[in-house]
Amino acid sequence: MHKILVLFAHPALQKSIAHKSLFNEIQNIEGITCHDLYDTYPDSFIDIKHEQTLLLNHDIIIFQFPLYWYSCPAILKEWQDLVLEHGFAYGEHGDKLVGKKMMLAISTGGSANSYSTDGYNEHDISQFLLPFSQMSKLCNLEYLTPFVVHDIHKRHDPARIARKTKEYRQLLLTLQQQNEDAVAARQENS
Amino acid sequence: MEHGVLFNIFIYLAAGVIAVPIAKRLGLGSVLGYLIAGVIVGPYALSLISNQEDVMHVAEFGVVMMLFLVGLELRPALLWQLKMPILGTGGLQLSATTLCIFLLLLACGLAWQTALAIGLIVALSSTAIVLQNLQERELMKTEAGKNAFAVLLFQDIAVIPILSILPLLVIQDTAIVESSTSSWLSALMIAGVIAGIIIGGHFLVVPLLRIIAGSRSREIFIATALALVVGIALAMEAVGLSAALGTFLAGVVLADSEYRHELESDIEPFKSLLLGIFFISVGASIDFTLLLDQPILVALLVTGLIAVKFIVLFITGIVFKIQRSQNWLFSCALAQGGEFAFVLTSFALQRQVLDNKIASLLVLVVTLSMVFTPLLLIVYDKIIAPTFKRKRPQVEDKATPEHQIPDDTDSSVIIAGFGGFGQVVGRLLHGYHINTTILENDVGQIELLQQFKYKVFYGDAEQLNLLHAAGADNAKLFIIAVESASRTKRILIKVKKHFPHLTVLVRATDRNHAQQLIRLGADHVFRESLDSGISLGVETLKALGMRANQAHRAGQVFRRHDEAVLHEEAKRMHDQEPEFVNRSLTERRILKKLLGLDALTYYDNLNDAWSTEAHSNEEKNTVGNLAAAHKHNKSASEQS
Repeated sequence: MHKILVLFAHPALQKSIAHKSLFNEIQNIEGITCHDLYDTYPDSFIDIKHEQTLLLNHDIIIFQFPLYWYSCPAILKEWQDLVLEHGFAYGEHGDKLVGKKMMLAISTGGSANSYSTDGYNEHDISQFLLPFSQMSKLCNLEYLTPFVVHDIHKRHDPARIARKTKEYRQLLLTLQQQNEDAVAARQENS
Repeated sequence: MEHGVLFNIFIYLAAGVIAVPIAKRLGLGSVLGYLIAGVIVGPYALSLISNQEDVMHVAEFGVVMMLFLVGLELRPALLWQLKMPILGTGGLQLSATTLCIFLLLLACGLAWQTALAIGLIVALSSTAIVLQNLQERELMKTEAGKNAFAVLLFQDIAVIPILSILPLLVIQDTAIVESSTSSWLSALMIAGVIAGIIIGGHFLVVPLLRIIAGSRSREIFIATALALVVGIALAMEAVGLSAALGTFLAGVVLADSEYRHELESDIEPFKSLLLGIFFISVGASIDFTLLLDQPILVALLVTGLIAVKFIVLFITGIVFKIQRSQNWLFSCALAQGGEFAFVLTSFALQRQVLDNKIASLLVLVVTLSMVFTPLLLIVYDKIIAPTFKRKRPQVEDKATPEHQIPDDTDSSVIIAGFGGFGQVVGRLLHGYHINTTILENDVGQIELLQQFKYKVFYGDAEQLNLLHAAGADNAKLFIIAVESASRTKRILIKVKKHFPHLTVLVRATDRNHAQQLIRLGADHVFRESLDSGISLGVETLKALGMRANQAHRAGQVFRRHDEAVLHEEAKRMHDQEPEFVNRSLTERRILKKLLGLDALTYYDNLNDAWSTEAHSNEEKNTVGNLAAAHKHNKSASEQS
């Protein structure tokens, strides 16, 4: 079974509509480690060694966050800057993440339509997420299709959020069961 | 029995060393321990010591030193604030007690002169016993403690007029009336000595101490401090004033100087030793033959003395509106005769105001009343205080409006101690509308808090009843923010034992204290100096040119490292490790170890972050390199 690490970054969870529900749903599942970055590091002081150990012990890394200004909340950027070190995640001998998978689980304020050439955001969502897909490439992570909940600004219909939440949970459970190569690689590494 | 001086010293010290820890373990307090030790080594039991009266005279000097130390704690402004309790409470206590004893003895058929003399003599309480007991219980800062001290101070002053009244109370008209011409001269001398102490203290002693301290010779500083105290005592006695009063005054004058703590720590051991010896000699001087001759009479007199003094004190307390529970403590503490009674009795004996029989009976009764004071205080602790604390919060419930709201009675957070530290915590929570219950034993503080609608309980957080009353059963968090390290530990033990569901957050005075608290089961420990120390360090790094975010991070690294080491050490340390008597030695040992650790792991591997190349190992992790890298970066950016 694949082990999943969810790096969760939400600076204002008390105001959250989608993520509170999504994050709650995946708690206490065997093989899924929920790691709330803002709760663990209120002063953004990230324990690099601890984070790298977490990465080594998991097969699938998920960044879960609300899209702010077309990017991730600050702590996740800080996390990338500090944890994905040269010699660890990339560069010479930087092969510690080879074979692992990477997925984004995000929410956007704008609708799915707005993220298109005709929409007011003028670009497809995958184009906005280019830094993440490229990061995955550089770190030899397999980049999976992002899980996106659109249109948070207008449609906070509880039924839709509930449906999306179920979907998210199911997706993670399915990912856990996929092929075993990465698991073998992890066990070899550690 | 005659013994060598060294043998006597050994017996006194050994008696104290054996008796005091046992008495403390039994919950009797050190004073009672010394007194019992005195009885045991005294002439009626083992008879190991001789000349205990001479010893007592020497040891009385401990009282003088004690008042010097008390004076050091009292800045002049604070003393001025105490003028009402001193004059009012003290004055009323002294005059009313004298009057009551006088009337009672008159009714027993004594001559009025004798009755008045005895009244004046026993109206004085024992500074040594009261202050030692209150300090040991950390009660000096409470309302009862402050009032008791005020009364004792007034009594010290009153000794002067009493000494001049006593000779006038001679029954046979044999005494020659001393020439009244000298009285204005002596008044002038008194004024001169007091002025000398105040002015000399400011303009001579402080500069002198500065010079001595500059010489960096510790024993000379101690010698100076001792010479100062002894010299003032001599000067005061020369003009017929109480030596204790003079040194107290000197203490107050020096309380504002920068050498206050230095003087305190230098005199303290001498004071404690002398007081101990004093208590032992009091115990040894109990005249058991007299006691066995007339056991009933003595018992009656002792009970009568304590009862009269207690009642007068209690009424005085009511008149001056001392809080009820504090009034009990205040009255229990002061209901005894004092060491001044010994001095005054022998003085009265010389002047033939009292005859031998009455004098020895008087000394016995006063001594026994002193022995009973610690016992009375134990009775207060075990019986009176608990009933009180059970009642009191309920009374308050009705009295204060915020208690009328039924669902407001249980806050999830309880804060014990609302001094500077507790206030920060309380204000932060209050700002976010979190209900807190505060336990505090400073009355002034409480009135202020109630204005801001804090829920406050008056009293000592060590009391189980108060904890129940404050809602500890239903609370979630318990914060201990009291100032005293030892009280903090006692509260923590009590809370952990009786309310295991509470998460306890504790203020620690220092590293050593923090480790003890962790071992006692504190959930979170906060050293009072850590955060401000780190903040200052971070500012220093910034001032040295390090960029602010880098300096901030350095502070965080240090903090985490230090906390981790602290917890690790606390875990490793055996509970049986002896408590070092010399605290500074322990701290020095710890510091030495810490400095070693800091040098090794001061910086995290931050050099690898925000960079495109892996750093080699030699290059990283030292302050010097970091600073060098910083310089390098700076010059590089200037070039480009």
